[in-house]
Amino acid sequence: MAAPPSGASLALLEKLVAALSTKGLVTEAEITERQAITDRASPEIGARMVARAWTDPEYYALLMRDGKAAAEAMGASMAGAPELGVLENTPKQHHLVVCTLCSCYPRALLGYPPGWYKSFAYRSRAVREPRAVLAEWGTPMADDVEIRVVDSTADYRWMVLPMRPAGTEGWSAEKLASIITRDALVGVAVPRV
Amino acid sequence: MSTDPRFAPGARVRVKDDWPETRGPCHIRTPHYVRGRTGQVVRPLGAFPNPEDLAFARPAPRRQLYHVLFEQPPIWDEGKAGDTVMVEIFEHWLEEA
Repeated sequence: MAAPPSGASLALLEKLVAALSTKGLVTEAEITERQAITDRASPEIGARMVARAWTDPEYYALLMRDGKAAAEAMGASMAGAPELGVLENTPKQHHLVVCTLCSCYPRALLGYPPGWYKSFAYRSRAVREPRAVLAEWGTPMADDVEIRVVDSTADYRWMVLPMRPAGTEGWSAEKLASIITRDALVGVAVPRV
Repeated sequence: MSTDPRFAPGARVRVKDDWPETRGPCHIRTPHYVRGRTGQVVRPLGAFPNPEDLAFARPAPRRQLYHVLFEQPPIWDEGKAGDTVMVEIFEHWLEEA
């Protein structure tokens, strides 16, 4: 969740909403609906998408081709949301998502971004020293793995498709989903058995 | 303006070394750290209304958006060879390299 807003920022927010309402650009009802969609969204949906992609080749193909359709197929409300791109980790390539300009995050799918994702420290360091950031997260990367930082700057939102760990052979999709965390979907962590 | 992609996957492109911030109020979606840098088009991502116009409620023609890949260490003069950074960049910020 975001840090609690201060009194000053709440007052500014109220003025902004009032100005947008006066201009007819947004209504309170639209804001409430958008909040409800984000409140319903949860990393659990992303986890179930990954688990299904690991166990269902057809769903995997859909996920890589059309992230929004794959999210909707698992119950996410993606109407009006930006495009969803999926970044597949491999034994030779690990993706790390950051938004250096602000805090772009697949909210419609994963819900509110965690505070650290919006911090200046993460946004400036992930793009400059990703290996150090990953090591601090307890996710050290071998030298022969390419770190690909994905700076989310425009009209897509990005989700990482982590690798299925060894030792999960024969697991159900439900059990697989239980080891896939929000942090693994951003790329700061990897699923572990 | 045509929204057909000007650059194909694999094309070498240079991000314009432009700093519109010096010209007055503006909104920019091209991170400062890649300006003037050369990278490679991964793929076109589609055409989207130009956020630099949207930010000022101006008519916003659709511009082609690309995923562009950069070698990460040269940007910062540090890091590990082979590591990369992939950034969404609008076509009007790119030129042939």
